[in-house]
Amino acid sequence: MLASLCFARGPRMISPTIVRLGALSIFGRWRGALLFVLPLVLLGLSVLVRFLVGEDETGARNTLYGLGMVVIVPLIALLATSGLLAPEIDDGSISYLLAKPISRYTIIVSKLLVAAGCVLVFGAVPMLAAGLILLPGTPALGVGFAVGSLVGGLAYCAVFALLSVLTRHAVVIGLIYLLIWEGLLGGLLSGVRWLSVTRWSAELVDRIAGLSLVDNLSLPYAVIASGTVIVAGTWLTGRRLRAFNLTGDE
Amino acid sequence: MSSPSDAPGDTRSRPAGVIHDLGYRPYGGPRLGEGPVAWSLFVTGLRHTYGLGRSGRSKVLPMLLLGLMLLPALILVGVLVQARNLLGLDDQIVAYSTYPLTTQLLISVFVAAQAPALISRDLRFRTITLYLARPMRRAVYVLVRLASLTVATFVLVASPLLLMYVGGVLADLPLVRETGRFLGGLVGAALLAACLAGLAALVSALTIRRGLAVTAVIVVLLVSYTVVSTIQGIALDSGHETVGEVAGLFSPYTLVNGVQVFLFDSPEATPTPPTTDPMGVVYVVACLVIVLGSIGGLLARYRRVSP
Repeated sequence: MLASLCFARGPRMISPTIVRLGALSIFGRWRGALLFVLPLVLLGLSVLVRFLVGEDETGARNTLYGLGMVVIVPLIALLATSGLLAPEIDDGSISYLLAKPISRYTIIVSKLLVAAGCVLVFGAVPMLAAGLILLPGTPALGVGFAVGSLVGGLAYCAVFALLSVLTRHAVVIGLIYLLIWEGLLGGLLSGVRWLSVTRWSAELVDRIAGLSLVDNLSLPYAVIASGTVIVAGTWLTGRRLRAFNLTGDE
Repeated sequence: MSSPSDAPGDTRSRPAGVIHDLGYRPYGGPRLGEGPVAWSLFVTGLRHTYGLGRSGRSKVLPMLLLGLMLLPALILVGVLVQARNLLGLDDQIVAYSTYPLTTQLLISVFVAAQAPALISRDLRFRTITLYLARPMRRAVYVLVRLASLTVATFVLVASPLLLMYVGGVLADLPLVRETGRFLGGLVGAALLAACLAGLAALVSALTIRRGLAVTAVIVVLLVSYTVVSTIQGIALDSGHETVGEVAGLFSPYTLVNGVQVFLFDSPEATPTPPTTDPMGVVYVVACLVIVLGSIGGLLARYRRVSP
């Protein structure tokens, strides 16, 4: 259904070649090793916590939220997205891609599809597995965290893609945004929840799994805000790429 | 006698190219050896980590982080001075050994941003060949780079402690007791700087691609700390303190805090600090293993670099 939609007649939204090359640039030459390490850490910690405290909801919540959603899912999105766009812009080889008669939006959507695949495989699926390891009795927890991390991860991918076409220091700026805004201030000031991707996806988890990770945030707002970030980030990235200046800063 | 070799007029047998000695003289004075070269590289590296002698753009991040590190210390000193009698304070509000743990995020960002700037760029742009062409051995280059990063991190960690110490002494806290605690905090800061700089330098020497090294260092420091603090919290709640003590070995921040608790009886900042003497010794040994191991790893990595 989705495939037939994507490969319908008219201008194609997804180019299989760009998807293939994007996957190669993420996983070529040991670059993807970090992507494998992060889910393994999450699963290892889940096994240890389960072994220490048994089936305990507080322990499960601390592990899945504090490590999984706040740290690992955003880092997966950052690693995947920065491996897709930044190296090509860095060495200038993106000019060969931009010279092809392919819509810039198709390029971005294809590249983000690879990033979304990474978020699904290395973020959402390990979260589901970790949820099932920690609380096998309540699969809703694992499902909730899997859905939440998929949506949050997609929004992060869109944000980081936009950052990497705006500046050459996308990784450092993205990390500072993650650590200071989402991590430090998001934990201290509750007003940050209105402008925080992690808090929005936490609200999704709350509704599916019946937890209370964030207070006073409505589900429609969280869904609409996440969707807006995903769509607007992708669109703005493509728009920026339409008039892309290769010299960049520095 | 204009020409030294041939008779005048015999132009055909003359050699086509002649190297003329125009009288320029090579430098014949004393040349500085390995020591001054290493010292100059150390000072340059140290200045560059704070953006001194670089563009204004690269001063922003380190100076901002230094300011953010000093800000809580300044507020704490202000509260201590203003409300000492009101609140009956006879102590620093936050202990010297706890402060780096509270601000670990800022320290991690600093190390992750500056280690690749010192280490990775020389390898990626092959500037390393120019350094190795000077009278400085490879091992010295590695140690000097590591020393620059360590001292820069130490300055970042220790300057808020100095501010708190000076403020505390001026607010009439007991001088001898404060000095002892402050010196213990400085030793902890030096150990932490050495561990963090060693790990970050090793990671950024292994991943030389732009941006990836920054992420890799952050992943190593941040994920290890989050995992360790989660394990420690759960271990304390469930009564498995030994598991938490062992887990504390795997993050530089909890490790160095444990060493300070063991050596200087500092107030603990982690849920499960080392409680027994053997565990304390294990903490100290682990600290040394991290520092020496990362130096060894770096030396092994640079042995493969072709000049």
